[in-house]
Amino acid sequence: MTDPTRIRNFSIIAHIDHGKSTLADRLLEFTGAVEQRDMRDQLLDTMDIERERGITIKANTVRIEYPAQDGHTYVLNLIDTPGHVDFSYEVSRSLDACEGALLLVDAAQGVEAQTLANAYLAIENGLEIIPVVNKIDLPSAEPERVSAELIGIVGGSDEDVIQVSAKSGAGIEELLEAIVTRLPAPEGNGDGPLRAMVFDSYYDTYRGVVCSLRVVDGHISDGEQVRFMATDLIESADEIGVLRPTASAVKRLSAGEVGYLITGIKEIDLIRVGDTVTDSIAPADTALPGYGEPKPMVFSGLFPTDGDEFERLREALDKLRLNDSSLVYQPETSRALGFGFRCGFLGLLHMEIVRERLEREYDLDLVATAPSVEYQAHLTDGASVQVRSPQDLPDPQVLASVSEPYVKVMVITPSEYVGTVMELIQQRRGEMGEMTYLTPERVELHYQVPLAEIVFDFFDQLKSRTRGYASMDYEPGEYRSSDLVRVNILLNGVPVDAFSSIVHKERAYRYGRAMVERLRKLIPRQLFDVPVQAAVGSRIIARETIKAQRKDVTAKCYGGDITRKRKLLERQKEGKRRMKMVGQVEVPQEAFISALRIDE
Amino acid sequence: MSDPVVRAAGERAVYVHVPFCHRRCPYCDFAVVDMERESSPVERYVDALVDEIGMAEDWAPVHAVNLGGGTPSVLATEQLARILEAISERFGLVAGAEVSIEANPEDITSQSAGGLVAAGFNRISLGIQSFDSGVLRSLGRLHDPRQAREATIAAKAAGIETVNIDLIFGTPGESTESWLETVRNALGLETEHLSAYALTVERGTALSRAVAGGDPGPDPDDQADKYEALAELIELDPYEVSNWARPGAECRYNLTTWAQGEYDAFGLGAHGHRGGVRTRNFRRLDVYLDQVEGGRRPVQGTEQLDPWEREKERLFLGLRLRNGVRAGAAGAALLDSVAGQRFQAAGILKAEAGRLLVTNPLFTDAVARESLALTPVS
Ligand SMILES: Nc1nc2c(ncn2[C@@H]2O[C@H](COP(=O)(O)OP(=O)(O)O)[C@@H](O)[C@H]2O)c(=O)[nH]1
Ligand code: SF4
Ligand SMILES: [Mg+2]
Repeated sequence: MTDPTRIRNFSIIAHIDHGKSTLADRLLEFTGAVEQRDMRDQLLDTMDIERERGITIKANTVRIEYPAQDGHTYVLNLIDTPGHVDFSYEVSRSLDACEGALLLVDAAQGVEAQTLANAYLAIENGLEIIPVVNKIDLPSAEPERVSAELIGIVGGSDEDVIQVSAKSGAGIEELLEAIVTRLPAPEGNGDGPLRAMVFDSYYDTYRGVVCSLRVVDGHISDGEQVRFMATDLIESADEIGVLRPTASAVKRLSAGEVGYLITGIKEIDLIRVGDTVTDSIAPADTALPGYGEPKPMVFSGLFPTDGDEFERLREALDKLRLNDSSLVYQPETSRALGFGFRCGFLGLLHMEIVRERLEREYDLDLVATAPSVEYQAHLTDGASVQVRSPQDLPDPQVLASVSEPYVKVMVITPSEYVGTVMELIQQRRGEMGEMTYLTPERVELHYQVPLAEIVFDFFDQLKSRTRGYASMDYEPGEYRSSDLVRVNILLNGVPVDAFSSIVHKERAYRYGRAMVERLRKLIPRQLFDVPVQAAVGSRIIARETIKAQRKDVTAKCYGGDITRKRKLLERQKEGKRRMKMVGQVEVPQEAFISALRIDE
Repeated sequence: MSDPVVRAAGERAVYVHVPFCHRRCPYCDFAVVDMERESSPVERYVDALVDEIGMAEDWAPVHAVNLGGGTPSVLATEQLARILEAISERFGLVAGAEVSIEANPEDITSQSAGGLVAAGFNRISLGIQSFDSGVLRSLGRLHDPRQAREATIAAKAAGIETVNIDLIFGTPGESTESWLETVRNALGLETEHLSAYALTVERGTALSRAVAGGDPGPDPDDQADKYEALAELIELDPYEVSNWARPGAECRYNLTTWAQGEYDAFGLGAHGHRGGVRTRNFRRLDVYLDQVEGGRRPVQGTEQLDPWEREKERLFLGLRLRNGVRAGAAGAALLDSVAGQRFQAAGILKAEAGRLLVTNPLFTDAVARESLALTPVS
C-alpha cells in the first residue's frame, strides 16, 4: 500500500489547445512512466474521435511515480478532464476525485471563460490550485500579463505562478516539485470500512465494464467481494489496478489511491457513476455523496434510415451510455421517420459526437431531427408538462403559456469587442448582467439568454465576430415565460413532425420561409404537384410548390440490349431505396439531413 | 392473329450490327467506329459478319432482319447483299419477312435506294433527327434538311415498302417553333412510320462532358412539352413509347425485342436473345475480328434469368407498348404493391381486361423501375 502522505491527486484545468495533453505527455516522459520509444503525442486521448477533434471527452487517469527532491518517491495521479462546455459535469466529477488542480493557461492567449468557470468550480470544491502559464517558448507569449490574470483569479503573487513550456519541457521539474509540496495529500480513514467512489466507467469489449475508482476510506483487495451501494450489486473484484498509463494489475488499492476495478459485470447500465463501492462483508454505513445526474440541455430524435436497424440502434445507445452517462434516450415514433429515439445531450457538440460515434463505431445510418431544448407548457387547468419535442407541445386551446430555459452565460472578450458581443447577445434575446474588467484589456460579461438561442450556433458566431478572441461558458438558469409557437411544415398537406420546430413568435416567419425554400430544392419532383407549407396553428405563413415531374422515360432500348436497360433501372431503383415515404411523397434521406442542418 | 405484338412474341428475328459511321455524333454511345478517326476495315468486317452468321446454330426461317448501327448505309450495295444472302442461306426468310436497314440521309440517293430494293430490303429507317440545320449542327449530323427530304422521297420512289423517319427532340437550343417545324416537315413527307426520341445524355459521351462542363443539358419539361406536341399533331398510330405507324407498318423486329421474342445477333457489340439466353458480343473491333477470324463465336457474355426475373422482364418491356401488356403474375404483383397503387391513384397505370397499360407514356420508366423490384405475391 502507498503511504497516503506520498500521494497527490490532481487535475489539469485548461482551455482547448492550451496544452493540457502535451503537458500530460511531458509529465509522463519526465518521470519515465512511458519509455521514450513508446512516446506518441497525446497519450491520454485514447479515442479516435478525440484525436481527430483534438478534444478530450472522457476523463482518463494516469499514475506517475516521481522521486522528489526531498528523497521520497511520490505517487501522482493525474485525472484528465474534458475541455468543452458540453462536458462540464465530467469536469466536476474529476475534480471530486482530486485534492488539487493545475490551472493551465496559454501564455499567448490568456484565461478563457470555460477555464475560469472550471477554476471557480475547483475553488468551490476546496481544491488547492497551482496556476501554470504554458507555451512560454512562443515568441508571442506574454507570461507577465497572463500571470497577472491568474493572480487576479486565484490570488497569490508572481512567484506562485509556474512558467512552463510543455513543448520543450522547460519548467516541468519545478512544476512536479510544486505538485508535491503545494498540493495536499488525500485525507481519509485508512483503517475504516472500504468506501471508494466510482467517478467514471467505460465498456471494454474484452473485459466488460471497467470502473475508475478513488478509494476514500479503507482499502480494496484483489478478489474480495465488493458491494455497489446504490444498486446493491455484489461482485467479486476480479482485477484491480492502476494505469501507468497502460493497465497494470495490483493486489490492493488503499485510501487516497486512484485506479480501476473490473468485476464480472458485463451488462451495460448496471454500474452507476457516482456510486460507492464498499466491502460486502464489512460494509460502510453510509455511501459517499454521489453526483447529481448530468442534465441534458438539447434534445433531438435519432432515427435509423433503415427501419430494420431500430434494435441495433438501441443496443448501440445502450453501449454508448455506459461510457457516457450524460446520454439519455427514450423510444420515439415519428410519422415521417418511423421508430427511433428522442435523445438528450449536454450540448450540440455532444450531440454531434454521439451521432458520429453511432455511425462510425456501430455502422448505423442515422437521421437526426432538429435539436430542441426542453420547454415547459403550462395548461389552462393549471398543470404543466415537459416538452422535449415540438410534437409534444399541447394544442393552443389548452395551452396557457410556454416557458423556456434560460442560461447564465459568461463571456470573456478583449475590450475592443464588447460592442460586438453585446449586439450578438441582443439579437439572441439576451439580457445584460454584470460586467467586470479582468485587466484593462479583458472584460468578463454576464448575461441571461434563452438556451435555445445559444445552443445552436452562438458559439461559432461569437468566435467569428471576435476573430476567435472571445470565449464563453454557460450554466443552467431559470425558466421564463416566452412568446413561443410551433411552426409546422406540411408536405402535400400532411404535417411532417420531423421538420416542425418551436420558435419565438418573431422568428416564426423566417424559420418557415427558410424551411419551405430548402425543402423545395431538396425534394425531387413527384408524380403530382407537392405543396410545401409552413404553418402556425391553422395559419399558413409560407408556401412553395414542388412542380410535378413531367417525364420519366428514356428513349431507346439500345438495339436489343435489354440487359443494360434493365440494369440501369435497377440501379436507379436502388438509389430510391434511401427514400422515406411521407404520406404520398418520396423524401430522400439527404433532404432530412440537409434541411435540418442549422447553418444558414 | 391480328395483334402484331402477340404475333411478334412468337417470331424470330436477326439483328446485324454495322458499327461504321462517317463521324461519331457527340451524344452517341453505341458501338461505333468513327471512320474519320479510326481505322475502318470495312471489307474485313463484312467477311467476319458472314463467317459469324455461318457459325450460328440452326434455326427456322426468320420473320425479320434488321441492319443497325452505326450506319449500315456506309456499306456498298454488294456488301449489304452478301450479308442478307448469308442470313438467307443460314436460316432462310419466311415469305413477306421484314428486311430493314438504318441509313443516314447523306447516303441515300435514287440510285442507292434502288440498290437496296434490289438487294432485298423492304424497310428503311432514316436518321433525319431534325429539319433545323442549327439543331442538326449541334447534334453533329452531316446532312442538311434538304438532303433529308430528298433521301425520303428517293426511298419512297424506289419502292421501299416502309420508310421510317427518326427524329430527336429536346436538343438544347431547339426552340418549340423549331420542333414544330421539324414535325410538320416530317409529317408532310407522309411516311408509314415515325420514331421520335428525347435526346438523352449518356455517360462517357462528348455531350455528357460538355454538360458536366457547364453547357446546358436537355430540359425534361421542354422534352415533355415537345413529346405532347408531336402526339397531338401526328395521325399515325402510337404503338410504343417512341414509335408511330400506319396500322400494319409496325416494325416487326422492334416488336420482337419488346415482346420478349427471340433474335439472333451478329456483329460488334450485338445483343441477342435465343433459347431464353441473352448474349452480348465483344465491343472492341480488334477482339471481335480476332475471335471470328479464329473460328470462334465472338460472344463476350451471356445472361440467363430465373423464371421470376424473366416474368418481370416481360412486364417491364411490355409496358412500353401502347396497347399494354398481359398482366400475368408480375402484373398482379405490381397492382398489389404500394408503388402500383400509387401509380393507379395518379392515373398513370391502368388495369383492364387482364392487361396493364401505362396511360401516360412519359412515365414508363417510373413504372418499369418499380416492376423490376417486385417480389412474387405468395
Ligand atoms: N509552442 C508550444 N506549443 C505547445 C506547447 N504546449 C502545447 N503546444 C501545442 O499546442 C497545441 C495544443 O496542445 P494540446 O496539448 O493538444 O492542448 P489541449 O487541447 O489542452 O490538450 C498543440 O499543437 C501543441 O503542440 C508549448 O509549451 N509550446
Ligand atoms: S450516326 Fe448514329 S450510330 Fe453513328 S455516331 Fe451518329 S448517332 Fe451514333
Ligand atoms: Mg487534449
